[in-house]
Amino acid sequence: MRISRWVCAASAAGILLGAQTASAQDTPQALRQEIDQLRRDFDALKQQYGDRLTALEAKLAAAEGQPPAAATAAQPSPNAPQPPAPPPPAEAAAQPAGQQPTAQVPPGAEGAGGPSGALPVYGAAATGSKVFNPDIAVIGDFLGAAGHNTVNPSPSMELHESEASFQAVVDPYARADFFVSFGEEGVEVEEGYLTLTSLPGGLLTKVGKMRSAFGKVNTLHNHVLPWADRPLVTTNLVGGEDGIDDAGISVARLIPNPWLFLEGTGQIFRGDSSDVFKANRPGEVSFVGHLRGYQDISESTNIDLGFSYARGHNDAELAQDDSFESFTTNLYGIDATLRWRPLQRSIYHSFVGRTEYIWSHRDQLSGLQRSSGFYVSGDYQFARRWFAGLRLDRSGRATDASLTDTGGAATLTYWPSEFSQVRGEYRRINYALGDTANELLFQFQFSIGAHGAHPF
Amino acid sequence: MRSALILLMALLAAAPARAQGKLNVVATTEDLAAIAREVGGDRITVDSIARGYQDPHFVEAKPSFILKLQKADVLVVVGRELEIGWLPPLIQQSRNGKIQQGAEGYVDASLQATILEMPTGQITRAMGDVHPLGNPHYWLDPENGKRIGKEIADKFSQLRPNDRATFEQRLADFSSRLDAAEKRWLAAVAPYKGTKIVTYHRSFPNFAERFGLDIIGYVEPRPGIPPSPQHTLDLINEMKRQNVKIVLVEPYFDLKTPNSIGRETGAQVLVMPPSVGGTKDVTDYFKLFDYDINLLVDAIKKTGAK
Repeated sequence: MRISRWVCAASAAGILLGAQTASAQDTPQALRQEIDQLRRDFDALKQQYGDRLTALEAKLAAAEGQPPAAATAAQPSPNAPQPPAPPPPAEAAAQPAGQQPTAQVPPGAEGAGGPSGALPVYGAAATGSKVFNPDIAVIGDFLGAAGHNTVNPSPSMELHESEASFQAVVDPYARADFFVSFGEEGVEVEEGYLTLTSLPGGLLTKVGKMRSAFGKVNTLHNHVLPWADRPLVTTNLVGGEDGIDDAGISVARLIPNPWLFLEGTGQIFRGDSSDVFKANRPGEVSFVGHLRGYQDISESTNIDLGFSYARGHNDAELAQDDSFESFTTNLYGIDATLRWRPLQRSIYHSFVGRTEYIWSHRDQLSGLQRSSGFYVSGDYQFARRWFAGLRLDRSGRATDASLTDTGGAATLTYWPSEFSQVRGEYRRINYALGDTANELLFQFQFSIGAHGAHPF
Repeated sequence: MRSALILLMALLAAAPARAQGKLNVVATTEDLAAIAREVGGDRITVDSIARGYQDPHFVEAKPSFILKLQKADVLVVVGRELEIGWLPPLIQQSRNGKIQQGAEGYVDASLQATILEMPTGQITRAMGDVHPLGNPHYWLDPENGKRIGKEIADKFSQLRPNDRATFEQRLADFSSRLDAAEKRWLAAVAPYKGTKIVTYHRSFPNFAERFGLDIIGYVEPRPGIPPSPQHTLDLINEMKRQNVKIVLVEPYFDLKTPNSIGRETGAQVLVMPPSVGGTKDVTDYFKLFDYDINLLVDAIKKTGAK
């Protein structure tokens, strides 16, 4: 449709030019008349095509079940099915073609701090294919730090991460989710996977790059964490912020039983995840298994338990030049989450208690390192927009089990709206080699675009 | 590889064969469940996700709901992005191809309903948590109740053609009972047509339009934004100016601000359930209007305001 319009416009312009040269020796008046005639013809043609285009687009919009003309200035075709919606304000519908269409601010928004008067409508009806665009959102994560930390210092201020998400249904059998993370050091596909939603046998299958199902914190993106940082045990044993995040295939199935929600997940990855796993040769894949049990205790209280296991090769092999010796890391984890949220006051009060215990058995030249660590945390929502939390940390180090770091953090979070939050966190870490870090972290997070689902 | 295949086949065989018995219906809210029960009768089983006394915008995506959805033949949703914060992950994890958005068992109850407050221009979140597809609280109009009933009955008939006559007869019965009740409700509120009220959230536009109430303001400064002192002050002044004596509050909102507005203006603060199950006595779609209209009429009589 669009191509034919351009071809038409181009040929009309060609005729115009050709006519100009061919009749150059005629009288100027005849020439002018001829040009005027051509211009009129061209305008008429343009008008005709424009009208047909508008009509077609209106039909398309109606056929796709979009409220025709509700958000656009297109004229609905007379035989299109009309939903019994109130007609759009006359001034929006009666807008003559060719002018910037406008629309009224929704009732009530005016004067309440929202804009007032007529608003321009962006994206005309010509953009029917936009309905298939994925849901797009961008989340900004601004992090600042003040205080003393010689072991693992943070910048005083940084746009820690800008995460763009693109999510849509692929076809009747699958959906796709992409999370692209723009950090201070570059761009990374944090996750990008296909989910097959309706495989027989109740198998939920994901293919792509994804955060693995090891425990709870490892599965969470930064912006849904209840803290501005990640627990020590995550940093020391499970790859920190990036975590076990790798390309692979994941299969999860609900295990039928009469008592509780039980889900088993099996995942196989290439074997490269931060400093946890390293595939030195193709085929040195890593595995993650997770078993999750969930039970409602009452309508407001529930408990979530998980057991995790991960196995893969580690980077100790790099030390061996040509001799072949395999070093592996085995990780074991237990996680528990207790949630309380009274249904009738669910937007005002809630409590989440979390804990994870992780054991790391890492084989390396100096021998097997058996380290372990945990965190325990509680977050209480004491008003609609306010949350306070505490966290206790303790963890050995993966490469040297004799070193143990301990620490704790207190957080206070304020949500101006569902789409932004401000957080302050006081953190103290006693590093194994004698250094003590005292820091104040502050964080702004803000989200624009599609309304994402709330995490559970 | 072979063992994986064998495992896969074993899992396939283990998937329970679904009997062509009762339709297993899950509705996102108790209102939709109540209407589905009216038209489905004993040919269906109905379960719902959000409770009537719970804010339907903020439901937790609990795994126990995944179990409900896993076995559903039909999922009835309010639509208009009411459930956008919690339903998509539940559907995705349900492993149930029948109820994926756009699949045969997915029913958007709003498709034939009259939707109000449809934004007509560029909207931004500066306006608060606006619903770009119109106000999703459309079930609070018995006329829409009939349309929802039709949407649901059509789907039931499509999935169980043998029971078509039953569903159509039950729908006709539901609609005529609703017509009769609506006359009664309209008669009850007729003397008070044009009564000015304030509501907490924009939950009642369809109710107000049907029963002739005039909503002059909201306790929330913008949808989803909690009350601010300045807005509350402005609202109090406006209510005094227009002599507004009724404030409607959904059961899931805090009463502190509404009560102080009530003290300042002499208005009555009514906890008005917008949904079936919003209070103990409201057990079906008819009782929802019975309860709300009684509550309202009693209050208007008491204040004598118009």
